Amino acid sequence: MSAADIIAALAAVVPGAEYQALESADSDVTPVILVPVEHLMATARALQATPGLEFHAFSDVTAVDFLPHREPRFDVVYHLVSPHRRARVRLKVRVARDQAVPSVTPVWAGAGWMEREVFDLFGIVFEGHGDLRRLMMPDDWEGHPLRKDYPVQLRKDAATYMPLQVTAEEFRANLERDRTVRPRPKEGV
Amino acid sequence: MGLETEFEIPVLTTTVESVVQWARKSAIWPVTFGLACCAIEMMAMASSRYDISRFGAEVFRGSPRQSDLMIIAGRLSRKMAPSLRRIYDQMPEPKWVISMGACASCGGVFDNYAIVQGSDQVVPIDVYIPGCPPRPESIIYAIVQLQKKISASKMDQTPKVRIA
Repeated sequence: MSAADIIAALAAVVPGAEYQALESADSDVTPVILVPVEHLMATARALQATPGLEFHAFSDVTAVDFLPHREPRFDVVYHLVSPHRRARVRLKVRVARDQAVPSVTPVWAGAGWMEREVFDLFGIVFEGHGDLRRLMMPDDWEGHPLRKDYPVQLRKDAATYMPLQVTAEEFRANLERDRTVRPRPKEGV
Repeated sequence: MGLETEFEIPVLTTTVESVVQWARKSAIWPVTFGLACCAIEMMAMASSRYDISRFGAEVFRGSPRQSDLMIIAGRLSRKMAPSLRRIYDQMPEPKWVISMGACASCGGVFDNYAIVQGSDQVVPIDVYIPGCPPRPESIIYAIVQLQKKISASKMDQTPKVRIA
């Protein structure tokens, strides 16, 4: 299924969206389609649910930073697979710095951690993601390391302190619960 | 140390300190703790071909509470540094640390934001091993150097200077 076929199938389901087929070295295996960010959610739902498309499996989401050369600077890249049709498609969404992208987790729940990774390393915010925390870097990290304007050879002291995972109250509550639930050994056995 | 011969049986006299330090250096128990590819060489050191048990240091312990040597085998990421420090803090005194390889000693080829540029920022290091990765013979040499350091040090030494 070529990019033109997929765009023709989508055009009937997503009215008003202007798609563009992009060239790439592997576009005969994986068609590449440029999607406007405002139509991303409708496109995602259509790709998953439309008979004949049925891209049920979410493979990956990543991003590319074209900082000095292009504005808007980011490409957010989605890889989708239709396992039973043995077909793949790659979607690209162009976003600027501080521009949010809708999260595709309502369509493919497996996108959650991958969107967290893109948020962590590129600083792209996914709106509607239920739990958009950092994935790779420590929770208190400043900046997004895979952006082209990030100082890679950063000089700063290593943190040696790890905050407790539970509060003192939660720890005591867990302890008390274990004590009450666990049956006491019988005497004289 | 001297051999006393005026008794019925020969008696060897020594100091408590030299006996304690001899015992400590002859049974260095490393904590099972590998960070990257250096850990493969560390495992090779413990295997029968290189056989670190010849030097009394083969008992890799699964708990820091039973260990007295930490071999930092690999690059230390900034996210790992608090965990490494916590494991070090959980080890009982006296304890020693070997920084194994270029990455643990100075960051190595990873001159970037994610890697601690020298694990001596996090824990005090006794012996540094060069190499990328060091061969098992290098680690054995480091352990022998550490044994020399232990026998030369005082028994009741105060804990090392804590960083951060």
